[in-house]
Amino acid sequence: MSIAVQTAPAPSTGPYTSGDEHVRTELSKIDRSMRGAAIFFLISSIFWLMAGTILALIAAIKAHSPDFLGAYEFLTFGRVRSAHLNAMVFGWSNNAIFAVALWIMARLCRNEVRHNGMLYIAGSIWNIAATIGIVGILAGHGTSIEWLEMPKYVTPLLALSYALIGAWGIMAFRFRKGEHVYVSQWFFLAALFWFPWLYTVAQIMIVFIPARGTVQAITNWWFAHNVLGLWFTPMALGAAYYLIPKVLGKPIHSYYLSVLAFWSLALFYNWAGVHHLIGGPIPVWLISAGIVASVMMVIPVVVTAINHHMTVVGSFGAVWRSPTLRFVVFGAMSYTLTSLIGSAMALRSVNEVTHFTHFTVGHAHHGVYAFFTMIMFGAIYFMMPRLLQREWPSATLIHLHFWFCAVGIGIMVVGLHVGGWIQGMMMNDPDIAFIDTVRATVPWLQSRSVSGLFLTLGHIAFAINVFWMLLPANRKVEGPTLLERRKEAEA
Amino acid sequence: MNNLPLLFLGIFFTLAFSWTGLILTSQIQFGKLVQTTEVLDEEGNPIEGDPLYPEQIVGLAQQGKQVYLDLGCIYCHSQQVRRPGFGADTERGWGERQSVPRDYILQDRVVLGTMRTGPDLMTIGDRNPSDDWHHQHFYNPQITSPGSTMPPYAFLYRVQEVGVEPHPRAVQIPEAFHPGEGLEVIPTRRADALVAYMKSLRMGYSLPEAPIIEQ
Ligand code: HEC
Repeated sequence: MSIAVQTAPAPSTGPYTSGDEHVRTELSKIDRSMRGAAIFFLISSIFWLMAGTILALIAAIKAHSPDFLGAYEFLTFGRVRSAHLNAMVFGWSNNAIFAVALWIMARLCRNEVRHNGMLYIAGSIWNIAATIGIVGILAGHGTSIEWLEMPKYVTPLLALSYALIGAWGIMAFRFRKGEHVYVSQWFFLAALFWFPWLYTVAQIMIVFIPARGTVQAITNWWFAHNVLGLWFTPMALGAAYYLIPKVLGKPIHSYYLSVLAFWSLALFYNWAGVHHLIGGPIPVWLISAGIVASVMMVIPVVVTAINHHMTVVGSFGAVWRSPTLRFVVFGAMSYTLTSLIGSAMALRSVNEVTHFTHFTVGHAHHGVYAFFTMIMFGAIYFMMPRLLQREWPSATLIHLHFWFCAVGIGIMVVGLHVGGWIQGMMMNDPDIAFIDTVRATVPWLQSRSVSGLFLTLGHIAFAINVFWMLLPANRKVEGPTLLERRKEAEA
Repeated sequence: MNNLPLLFLGIFFTLAFSWTGLILTSQIQFGKLVQTTEVLDEEGNPIEGDPLYPEQIVGLAQQGKQVYLDLGCIYCHSQQVRRPGFGADTERGWGERQSVPRDYILQDRVVLGTMRTGPDLMTIGDRNPSDDWHHQHFYNPQITSPGSTMPPYAFLYRVQEVGVEPHPRAVQIPEAFHPGEGLEVIPTRRADALVAYMKSLRMGYSLPEAPIIEQ
């Protein structure tokens, strides 16, 4: 199965679907100017993905078999679990975002990129800082603040490197060519602004000059939920808005729906985080605000779903053939599902059961993996051939990657949702001894370990394919993308 | 969309709005709470001479909090009691009343937690003040709670050969879990600190806004 390179003229709604040869040559030039930096971030992200996967497996097994590696303090559950989360968030996800979003941004801005040196420096600092941070967590310097576990001595490094990367992205936008600003660009631009703001406020108000009492908790969930909603989500949606029309060669269904989706997301998502504190020691009005916002999230979600669906409708064959779209559409569908479940979880009566259980953990993976990560995989399948002017070496490995990941995450999400629900129902019945709630979850936690095995195999297939493709011996196709002939999909 | 100023303003104000609404307002509303007495006088002031709550945890317990943070207990244990009728927190004996913002004001790191793989620990010091129980439990949770998924924290204990006299602080370990003949299990300072922290987690006091109602 090779990537179908879009050469057929497409209706032009922006620079991205142009059939104009001039524009296509320009894109090839941009790709070449971005190659080194994008590949650098990509390789980093894959290393982190593997590291995070190993940590995840250890944590997953420990959750049902606590004696597994039980003698090692640095691998105790509380630490590996946090190391896993941070490896995935700051290592895998952020590097993947830097690779994918900056590359798409550069393409949409239609300008060859300059100052790549800055990206290498910033990227190196980022990865060094993340490594120190994760080793720090394992060594016992973690903060035990959810999503901000890295010790405070790496904060300045992360902030500095992010500042450089974010500034680079904004500069790319500032010096864009052409008038039209495409929807992906708003998402990326907004996220590039939101993330540093969230991170700085959270670090200051929780770690450096801690606010009093549970104001910390509110800040914590404002941050943690918004990392998903205002950083991962816009990045993945921006990529999807770019890739779906691009691969299908037709414009996005409705421009107005994408405007609506953007603004409703911007408005509602950032109030929703307090739903993690329902029933907690904070004023009730705050919780109510969080619940209202969480329910309002139905608007951007449904609007996005309709928009994507209407774009894809009639082209399901192409979606299935294209590795990019198979992953991206899987991700986009997961986005709809996980967001609707998320809105439901914010309702007090549902939350009473799901809060404090593995249901939430399942939900988090539904979002970060089934939605975000799958879209990033899809984007990488699209990006690599264009950066390297080569095709993916093995269609079989792509198949394996897709199926192991799709089945793996499916098992995990179902297992943790069901197990978590049972746990919550039992916990709310005071006649059931607590230890019985613990025992009841064990089979479901074991199903998560099985799912972890699947995901690991999928990631290995992916990594092999990527590094194989990078090998210089691999067949190289000269010239800009436009000269490549469309190949028949083998799958 | 090509109206960039609008885009930038939108990006800025949406987040500014939620930050103001959620965080700044909270900070203003209850970011300055102080200790108070269990009941107030007629004018609504703390009663002079009465003990002030919540109490500050000090010394060894404070060090134990650090151990709690660095081992990541928070990923399985919450420290918050929900109101009666919402969940079964009170019925399970996790607290006689709901916990409120004032209960947390003296903690420099608030660890409300979001998981209850294990029970809530807001009142573990009231429920179970036994040193021996906690040491056995930390050394290996299966001793006290068969089937538990809590990790063993045996690395917080020193296993040594029994000297002329058994060590006065040796933890009583049942046969099946004992490291072996002629050996004894001694808590390290971190284990002692963690137990002291557990015992300091108490909520047996009333607050004016959250009185304990005698049944
Ligand atoms: C993997 C999840 C997990 C982690 C991590 C964990 N615990 Fe537990 N904990 C449990 C479970 C499950 C129980 C209930 C069964 C039992 O008593 O062991 C429990 C019970 C307890 C109890 C007894 C509560 C009661 O009401 O009887 C205490 C005290 C406790 N844990 C303290 C800690 C401390 C301190 C840490 C960190 C050093 C910690 N736990 C880490 C899962 C965990």
